[in-house]
Amino acid sequence: MEIVRSHRQLAAAAAAAGGGGGVDGGGAGGLPTYRTAPQLEVRLEEFELFAIDRLRVLKGIADGLSRGKRPEEMEKLVNELWKVHMRHQDPAETLNKDIISHFVLRLVYCRTEELRKWFLSMETTLFRYRFRLESPESQRMLMSEFQLPYKALPHSEFEAVKDKLSQVARSIGQSATVESVFFKVPFEEVPDLVASRRVFLSKGYTYVAMSQVVSLVVTQFRCNISKALVLTNRKWMATIKEQEKDRLTPIVEALSNAYFGPDYSQPKDAVEISLKDIDQLARTSFPLCMHHMLEKLRENHHLKHGGRMQFGLFLKGAGLKLEDALAFWRAEFSQKVGSERFDKEYAYSIRHNYGKEGKRTDYTPYSCQKIISATPGVGDHHGCPYRHFGEENLRAALNKMGISGHPLEEIMDKVKNRHYQLACTLTFEAAHGVSCDTGINHPNQYFSESQKVLKVKNQAVQSQATT
Amino acid sequence: MESSIKEKCPFKIDIGPVYSVDPAKRHAYAQSGNNVFVPVERELIFDIDISDYDDVRYCCSGADVCKDCWPLMTIAIKILDASLRDDFGFNHILWAYSGRRGVHCWVCDSRARKLNNEQRAAIADYFRVYKGGENTMKKVSLTGPVLHPFLARSYTDVLKCFFEDKLLLSQQLFASEERYRKILDLIPDENIASELHDRWQGNRRSSISKEDVNATRWEQLKTTLQSGKHKAQGLRRCVEEIVFSYTYPRLDMEVSKHMNHLLKAPFCIHPKTGRVCVPIDPNNCDDFDPTTVPTLSQLLGELNAAGLHSNSENDWERTSLEKPIRFFRTAFLQPMLKACKEELESAYNAKLQQSKNSLAW
Ligand code: SF4
Ligand SMILES: [Zn+2]
Repeated sequence: MEIVRSHRQLAAAAAAAGGGGGVDGGGAGGLPTYRTAPQLEVRLEEFELFAIDRLRVLKGIADGLSRGKRPEEMEKLVNELWKVHMRHQDPAETLNKDIISHFVLRLVYCRTEELRKWFLSMETTLFRYRFRLESPESQRMLMSEFQLPYKALPHSEFEAVKDKLSQVARSIGQSATVESVFFKVPFEEVPDLVASRRVFLSKGYTYVAMSQVVSLVVTQFRCNISKALVLTNRKWMATIKEQEKDRLTPIVEALSNAYFGPDYSQPKDAVEISLKDIDQLARTSFPLCMHHMLEKLRENHHLKHGGRMQFGLFLKGAGLKLEDALAFWRAEFSQKVGSERFDKEYAYSIRHNYGKEGKRTDYTPYSCQKIISATPGVGDHHGCPYRHFGEENLRAALNKMGISGHPLEEIMDKVKNRHYQLACTLTFEAAHGVSCDTGINHPNQYFSESQKVLKVKNQAVQSQATT
Repeated sequence: MESSIKEKCPFKIDIGPVYSVDPAKRHAYAQSGNNVFVPVERELIFDIDISDYDDVRYCCSGADVCKDCWPLMTIAIKILDASLRDDFGFNHILWAYSGRRGVHCWVCDSRARKLNNEQRAAIADYFRVYKGGENTMKKVSLTGPVLHPFLARSYTDVLKCFFEDKLLLSQQLFASEERYRKILDLIPDENIASELHDRWQGNRRSSISKEDVNATRWEQLKTTLQSGKHKAQGLRRCVEEIVFSYTYPRLDMEVSKHMNHLLKAPFCIHPKTGRVCVPIDPNNCDDFDPTTVPTLSQLLGELNAAGLHSNSENDWERTSLEKPIRFFRTAFLQPMLKACKEELESAYNAKLQQSKNSLAW
């Protein structure tokens, strides 16, 4: 087995990724906090294999999230994934693998905003559920490792709010007997608990139960990793990429391509779609989410912000040029708000999506996962129909696409089990009469796959006509 | 700034965030490739539009409002204002009429201005009960054996009375089959829904007088749902769900979630209606009447009638803007300035303390 001459350099590269050469990256118990990179010797093939295993875990998590799994189901899933891909009989080995793979993936996923976002959100989710599985003692140790300055609520204060705490506990389906340890924390620190109304709020403070401390820790964890990724990116650009161009760089690049799936921000092979074809294309090749929005736009001459983003970026990804996009939106919006107001208020954000104005958000078309986790409100038409439509509306929409009978029931069955992307895949198959083995994970993928199928069919028809 | 406004004479002023660099130079910075042009501070804002309530009001639709549906806005102010103060601990909150079809809320505490997008989203979500876009039937679903204290308080203090004493009658919610069918659709148990439906269909011509048909049917619905034999799981929250569906504030979430949304400044004139975006006193919001808000032409008339030569500093005192401006100054601006001053002072003192300490070393 090749123990590379330069394994020390590998470790050094990973250390650079971590932002300093500390002693170890281990934390309380078996859950490291990845504060500092390990001084370990790493074999080149382990470098890659460990990373691939960890990616399998992160991919699995992404998949679970996109199915809208509940926290308990996620906990189970994460535990399983970890056991299958990461666990070794020897706990020390597991820890090693854990730390090395994390730091390798940092290199892989530090390089663009989109990659960083994905990695950050998957690692944070992984950490969250692993933390929940730790014992209370090691949870406390982790808290102090993150230097969280909160003290348990003194008895008198606790008594004063006890009723409210019990009410909150019951409102989220827990028993009415209140836990005994609470922390009083500014609401800014636990946005997820506030968002889901899982805490009692008073005068700007939340009362966080010991069992919810994970939220505090996760906020801290996410913040650390987020900063570290930016630093890693700088180092990667400045030194590592060049230094390692014969060895690590190809591995790192292969890793991110092989597992993140293609990037749909730039239409591939200079595909272009033109204004006049949109309705035709919508009928044959748009996924339901986009088809629905086009319909609503034609009907109301308006779409709210979330819809404009989701649909606008999709069209860009599908190959609609900026000038056409402006013409397209103006034609609809001006019927409702007048073209003057359109130019003043809406044109900017369309140009912005194409990177022509400002430079402040990412303009990548949304993936299914992002669309599925959206939360459309009053008057909104964005989101994923499989997830966000009521049953009747979904059935009607599918019927309109010409899907009924057995395939329809199968699709509805997937929806009931919250396999939204699978439902969409089945729709694709039913609508095109071919199987789609990769599954649908991006509306632009749906579109380009559909175009591919239709092209082949057309060619077949043509060659038949000529022979 | 004053001279710049006079010079350009804009017909509307939108307020956005404070940026890390001068927005006028943003293109120069954008070239450098780093994201230096980012919003760093902005008020926490809420935007509520009556046009988002079209499925629960029958008096008007779209951008129109009248005294029968405006109370839906009043309710929204009450619910949010109480929670922003009691739950989140904010103090400097300004409510303003948007000039046409809704209200804007500006939370200006320094703590609120410094929130990042995730924290803004968390607050918006805390307030969110109404879910599910345009394509689901049942948009409010309350789970769990009791309500969260914030929702429970909103329900008992505000929503329930409003629904039963006002909305039921003003919107005639049970007066026709089409209308009560919409409410029955919110009941997950089809047997109960059709039982009530049949009952009401049958007694259409019966002796109940027109005035209280709404109240009577609402009582019938409640007793049916809450009677012993229907204590089933999904039905427990059903009465509350109906009330929330019809009355609970519906926020434009996107506006609150991101720092870079623009919002019309208070005291602007709405370009379509000509009405001034006057502040609303949350403690007396029941008295606010959007149809009597002064318009630009009315103000001009008042100025002319008073025979005032233009450009005098205090002309506004002779117009119907007098009260709104006074309220804005005393209830919002002055306390806000005081707080800002105190904050600066304490920051200064802290610095002073620090430098003293470091001298002592
Ligand atoms: S699964 Fe993806 S492509 Fe299909 S409808 Fe949902 S969001 Fe659109
Ligand atoms: Zn009305």
